[in-house]
Amino acid sequence: MIRLFKFLKPFAIAVTAIFILVFLQALADLLLPTLMKDIVDTGVVKGDTDYIMRIGGVMLLVAGASGVSSIIAAFLSAQAATGFGRDLRRRVFSQVTGFSLNEFDKLGTATLITRTTNDITQVQQVLILIMRMMIYAPLVSIGGIILAVSLDATLSLVLVVVIPILAVSIFLIASRGVPLFKVLQKRLDRVNLVLRENLTGIRVIRAFNRTDYEMKRFGAANSDLTETSIKVNRIMGLLMPVMLLIMNFTAIAIIWFGGQRINAGEMQVGSLIAFLQYATQILFALLMLSFLFVMVPRAQASAVRINEALDMVPEINDPAQPHNPGDKHGTVEFRDVTFSYPGAEQPAISNISFVANPGEVVAIIGGTGSGKSTLANLLPRFYDVDSGGILVDGVDVREMSQETLRAKIGFVPQQAVLFTGTIAENIRFGKGDASHEEVERAATTAQAMEFISTMKDGFDSVISQGGTNVSGGQKQRLSIARALVRKPQIYLFDDSFSALDFKTDAKLRMALKREIGDAMMLIVAQRVSTVLDADKIIVLDEGRIAGIGNHRQLMETSEVYREIVASQLSEEELAA
Amino acid sequence: MSVTPNGRTTKGPEPAGPQAGQMRGPGGGPGRGPGSMGGMLTMPVQKPKDFKGTGRRLLGYLRPYRLQLILVLLAAVLSTLFSIVGPKIMGQATTKLFEGLMARFRGVPGAAIDFGYIGQILTVLAGLYIISSLFSYLQQYLMAGVAQWTVYDMRRDVDDKLSRLPLKFFDARTHGEILSRVTNDVDNISSTLQQSATQLITSLLTIIGAIVMMFTISFWLTLIALVTVPLSMFIAGFVASKSQKLFAKQQKSLGELNGHIEEMYTGHKIVKVFGREEDSTQKFDTINARLYDAGWRAQFISGLIMPLLSFVSNVGYVFVAVIGGIMVTQRAITIGDVQAFIQYSRQFSWPITQVASIANVIQLAVASAERVFELLDEQEELPEAGRWTIDDGRWLEIVPSQAQGPSPIVHRPSSALQGEVRFEHVDFSYKPEEPLIEDMDIAVMPGQTIAIVGPTGAGKTTLVNLLMRFYEIGSGKITVDGVDVRDMKRGDLRSIFGMVLQDTWLFNGTIRDNIAYGRPGVSMEEIVEAAKTAHADHFIRTLPDGYETVLNEEASNISQGQKQLLAIARAILADPAILILDEATSSVDTRTEVLIQKAMDALMAGRTSFVIAHRLSTIRDADLILVMNHGRIIEQGTHKELLAMGGFYADLYNSQFTGVKLTESLPELETAGAVGMVESAS
Repeated sequence: MIRLFKFLKPFAIAVTAIFILVFLQALADLLLPTLMKDIVDTGVVKGDTDYIMRIGGVMLLVAGASGVSSIIAAFLSAQAATGFGRDLRRRVFSQVTGFSLNEFDKLGTATLITRTTNDITQVQQVLILIMRMMIYAPLVSIGGIILAVSLDATLSLVLVVVIPILAVSIFLIASRGVPLFKVLQKRLDRVNLVLRENLTGIRVIRAFNRTDYEMKRFGAANSDLTETSIKVNRIMGLLMPVMLLIMNFTAIAIIWFGGQRINAGEMQVGSLIAFLQYATQILFALLMLSFLFVMVPRAQASAVRINEALDMVPEINDPAQPHNPGDKHGTVEFRDVTFSYPGAEQPAISNISFVANPGEVVAIIGGTGSGKSTLANLLPRFYDVDSGGILVDGVDVREMSQETLRAKIGFVPQQAVLFTGTIAENIRFGKGDASHEEVERAATTAQAMEFISTMKDGFDSVISQGGTNVSGGQKQRLSIARALVRKPQIYLFDDSFSALDFKTDAKLRMALKREIGDAMMLIVAQRVSTVLDADKIIVLDEGRIAGIGNHRQLMETSEVYREIVASQLSEEELAA
Repeated sequence: MSVTPNGRTTKGPEPAGPQAGQMRGPGGGPGRGPGSMGGMLTMPVQKPKDFKGTGRRLLGYLRPYRLQLILVLLAAVLSTLFSIVGPKIMGQATTKLFEGLMARFRGVPGAAIDFGYIGQILTVLAGLYIISSLFSYLQQYLMAGVAQWTVYDMRRDVDDKLSRLPLKFFDARTHGEILSRVTNDVDNISSTLQQSATQLITSLLTIIGAIVMMFTISFWLTLIALVTVPLSMFIAGFVASKSQKLFAKQQKSLGELNGHIEEMYTGHKIVKVFGREEDSTQKFDTINARLYDAGWRAQFISGLIMPLLSFVSNVGYVFVAVIGGIMVTQRAITIGDVQAFIQYSRQFSWPITQVASIANVIQLAVASAERVFELLDEQEELPEAGRWTIDDGRWLEIVPSQAQGPSPIVHRPSSALQGEVRFEHVDFSYKPEEPLIEDMDIAVMPGQTIAIVGPTGAGKTTLVNLLMRFYEIGSGKITVDGVDVRDMKRGDLRSIFGMVLQDTWLFNGTIRDNIAYGRPGVSMEEIVEAAKTAHADHFIRTLPDGYETVLNEEASNISQGQKQLLAIARAILADPAILILDEATSSVDTRTEVLIQKAMDALMAGRTSFVIAHRLSTIRDADLILVMNHGRIIEQGTHKELLAMGGFYADLYNSQFTGVKLTESLPELETAGAVGMVESAS
């Protein structure tokens, strides 16, 4: 966590001020009992009303000083900690934005989200605690001990006995209770899991008549959770009564032993009252510290995760001196490309070579795991090849800037991803300054007009987060329109037609043909029907090229292609 | 619990201060620590619609535990009482000390501190404190049981309810929405019961008790001490309401920011390929700045409460010390009284804050309870008639027993289960204003195959929903072997059907348990046999733990195709008379697809089957094709009939020729795709 504190640098002055203010606050808080002692020992004993009033005034000032400094400290620490959170969040976000898919694969999208959100909030909260308690508590306990000892060293022996007892009891309770919190979380997760399964599988559960069984499963998870919660609450519930008991007994001990010291003439009554107050302050400060020790490790775990994200170096970077291939029309060449995912034993694709020229439609077909999506991911340089090279307009993709490369590509992913915002905004995602005509034209070509026009707000209809208010096919068409509006030199469709029904698919491909002109189109597909009329079909099998040619050529030359065709058509059709 | 500087020995009996912190998140410690209000100030307020009604119903949940609750209440009262008299008694000890001392000071002969008396007082005090702590723990201990078992009951009732709700309910809501009621809302209730409810009692008792005790000591001094009370109340109320508003604002910004982060990360690839990193970062910065602004304000305001309250409490303390001191010099009261007073006035500030925020916490819990009850009040599935039942593949009619006997009914055996399905004049709609199916008649003979085709989103699930009686039809009837499905228990009806959907559902458990899901208690041999028939045995055996392999939460440790094979094996083992199948296998590699088709063929043999069809061969061989579009069945008939009809189906079938050149050798190639476009229903 210490490493993250460098994000506090802009707030160095504020943090220093907080330290000083908290120090003042602690001093003031420690001063009050001493003043009280003076009132009793000097004022009350001698009956000096003026003195009492005077000291009372001083006490008010001290209390005011303590209040003011703690309010300013609260103000500064709120700003510093939130500012720290803001800066750190921004740093992590821009770091992650710079990641290639490799880093995303390695860490996982879900945890990256948690790292940027919850983990940072967690650290931020503990930071406030640290700023305001980490200094206050030790100061008060040490200062309290010093003052207590100076008041009466012998009576301080009471503290020597009590502090270890307090520490041991906190430790005993916490060491039993805190681990149970983890168990509790697991039990809670279990209840959630069973319930979520019951919701997602509701048709199957009812179809198979297993409602009773599922209810038993839930019941078991539920009572496990309940029992653990009770256990946790009963253990942690010990904390307060025990603490109070220790403190109250401390007070009794102090009065008893203090009384004897007073009797022996070694101590005054006012000192005894002050001593009692110091003892309370010390014990509470220790209690505070012990809570910090529970909190900090939790934040520490978050800090480690944040650092892990910050330490991850993006593997794909722009070259120092990028080449610009100029505004040519999308020639793509794969030269003996081999690529394996990190940690994989087998390369995902090996020795792939082909050329795709402007105006051509090139299709890639193959079963799951044949490497066709991998191939589509290599072209926009989501990953870097192991060996060989990919050339776009004659320049290796690693030698141009990612921006130049991707500006040439209109990509439609397998899973359509839309963003919160209107339909027009989503299409403009492909080209920020697209005119309304351009947006409309893209939507028309993508066969999206039909449903957009039936929507109440047309292009201004709002897509909810995750695009839940449009169907799969509609999402896919918008995602296609988004790529079209760019008028790119290279169209890249990663199995993007699967969510479309046949008619739309056919109309779309026809419209596309007219639209793309002399751009190059690379289609990754699973279905023979999609690739039939491509100029060039590349058949992939287990990461290798099993044939290149058009449909008719491949029917004759490629065994794998015939197999794919056969699997999608029944035997009678093959015979026909 | 104030860790105010001079807070003397006895602290109020608020047993749950720090625990509140433990349970509700960071902070919560005593005293000036930030965030020490637990979650109380940090939660945006939600007002329940019907506080009284919901509250009463919530109390109903507590009724079974009323004995314990009375004990909890008693324990809370006793623990507060025993500790509230502490300061006064301790003050007597101090007074005795002081008196002895003063006597000696004035040179009274034979004056000495009466240690016998002080010892007695202290012993009594020790006893009181022990008893108070014991009761305080007893209260915690009992309440833990009451609170947790109460929410256990609630969770059980919700789950119970969910199992009786019609699918309509689930289709209209996201899983997150339902889950949040069982987790967040119930959690809210549990922590409120655990902490706030008893806190409220002890806090109020402490305030009242302390005031009463103070009045017994000195009337005037009490009035002076009480001056701080309204001030504390005002501060607590003010800060609580202000900070709740600010926290709501912060929460909103945080939600927005998290939403943006989530979107940008999940759409990372798209952001990159379209080069929109900068826009995304800009938007992030805007929201982040807003969050900062709302965040530090909320943090600051909520952080104010402790400094302000301790200041007020300190001022009260000084007044008591000064005026008390003067009164002592005038012998109006004793020094021990001053000491006791200081302690009592100290005990105010924390309970006052607690009472101020507990009101909100309780409101929040009642709002949560309201959401839970709302769910519990949802309309359930129609009651079951159960005139017909099925046993071992035979129909049984349940008729009232004629003879006098222990059993009021008898099962009259009837014919064997055939699997004949009829729709007679069926009307159905999800929403009353949009009729979907009107006057539909279908007759399916035992063993026939019915292909359901149609474009994406044509609503092929609707049919599944009606067959399985997940939804109730409007009018007309659906019969199986002539028995109206409404004359059977849903469970019996569903046992006739087997279902393999594309969206395969498997649960977090072993492969063996997943296959055996449809027929619990089945032998291992039968499971393996079913897996073999489903062509799943081979891949299962290649897994490290074979049939004992545990599928993880998302079942992501096996492929989509393998999942489907398991679902087929599950259906085979269940051995249903009627099948509902979804042929879509778009995300499956070719070899697995061949296996799946073989497995499905094996499954369909000799059974009435409704197939959401994707293969041309299935469609052409089907005894009946139902063509669906926009949620309706628009045409039905055989392949030949439908082609001859020249309607939608013919159009669909023939549209292969539009704009796509085809190789002469494979004239029907496109059709496979065409009808294959039907999307899996979900």
